[in-house]
Amino acid sequence: MEIKVLGTGCASCKALYTATEQVVSRLGLNATLVKEEDLSKIMEYNVMTLPALVVDGKVVGKGNLSAKEIEKLLTE
Amino acid sequence: MIQKFADRLVYDIFAIDSSTSLGQAVNFFVYDTVKILTLLFLISVIMGMVNAYFPIERLRGYLSSRKLYGLQYLLASLFGAITPFCSCSSIPLFIGFVKGGIPLGVTFAYLITSPLVNEVAVAMFIGIFGVRITAIYVIGGIVLGTTGGWLLGRMRLEPYLSDWVKQIQQNSASDSGAWQKEHTPFVKRLPVIMHEAMATVRGVLIYIITGIGIGAFMHGYVPEGFFEQYMSKDSLFAVPMSVILAVPMYANAAGIVPVVQVFVAKGIPIGTALAFMMAIVGLSLPEATLLKKVMSWRLIGIFFAVTCLCIIILGYLFNALL
Repeated sequence: MEIKVLGTGCASCKALYTATEQVVSRLGLNATLVKEEDLSKIMEYNVMTLPALVVDGKVVGKGNLSAKEIEKLLTE
Repeated sequence: MIQKFADRLVYDIFAIDSSTSLGQAVNFFVYDTVKILTLLFLISVIMGMVNAYFPIERLRGYLSSRKLYGLQYLLASLFGAITPFCSCSSIPLFIGFVKGGIPLGVTFAYLITSPLVNEVAVAMFIGIFGVRITAIYVIGGIVLGTTGGWLLGRMRLEPYLSDWVKQIQQNSASDSGAWQKEHTPFVKRLPVIMHEAMATVRGVLIYIITGIGIGAFMHGYVPEGFFEQYMSKDSLFAVPMSVILAVPMYANAAGIVPVVQVFVAKGIPIGTALAFMMAIVGLSLPEATLLKKVMSWRLIGIFFAVTCLCIIILGYLFNALL
């Protein structure tokens, strides 16, 4: 599984990255977690709200997500 | 109720004498903080509900698929007011709009209003200035976005977009399939909305406390009439001066409203103070550098100049009317 956190480096983008990191390690998921900060790459995902969570190339969530929501998105 | 809580906490639990100025200052600080945080939570919940039904993707579809005869500027400005603002979203939003084939002027209308009118600004304004001034500020902000966007739209500025954006503009006529409409029942949405509202409150907590702290400090230590030397009451140039001073600076609404309150308390006319605040929150150097990714310096300059001009006119209007 490939997980990407899209964000240009604002506070909520960082928060989402840390939260996702914690969920991945807590669940022991076999996943690579990448932080995407390049705007031209981010725009290829068609998002208008940042931060956003991408799993295997698909945007699954955006905005301030709680650990619980991230867990749900990653295990589905 | 909040006053009772503040009284109990400060005078009984902390046991600070209510007759000392320290006691009163701490009491005032607790009262203001609790009041504003409560308001912020409530307004965030309401805005979250509105947003659940009018996500930005739907607005984009609406704006790009219909002929609106000029109303699109007002609509984009209104949406800028109700959607939560995050500076990191402004570029993706801009590109998303351009991709959807929405005219540049309409995009600007959104971009101008979005940082100006948001849940934090509204909560702070109601808490500090009351409903009447809040309404004036909100309506002023929406009018500013509408006219600014319209003016910028008339100028045909598309050639001044950055090459990257021009490329995107050519490649895609419209793409709106990325986010399908979700039909989640309201009851299921509510916890998510509450959670997001809490996140908003947590996110700005430190700024609000700092802002109210600075406001309280200035209240006590800045002498009466201090700002009048610089932003004189009667001077014709007070409004443009304060706007020009404010543009390079940035603070979010949470930090600046308590300071503006002190300005007003120390004799600055409300229109001048509101213009100052709009210029601080709406335009800034960090924003200009962010926009560089999608615009040429020339376009950024025009955007800033037009917005400044509109803020100055609004400032004079507020001063004349209030």
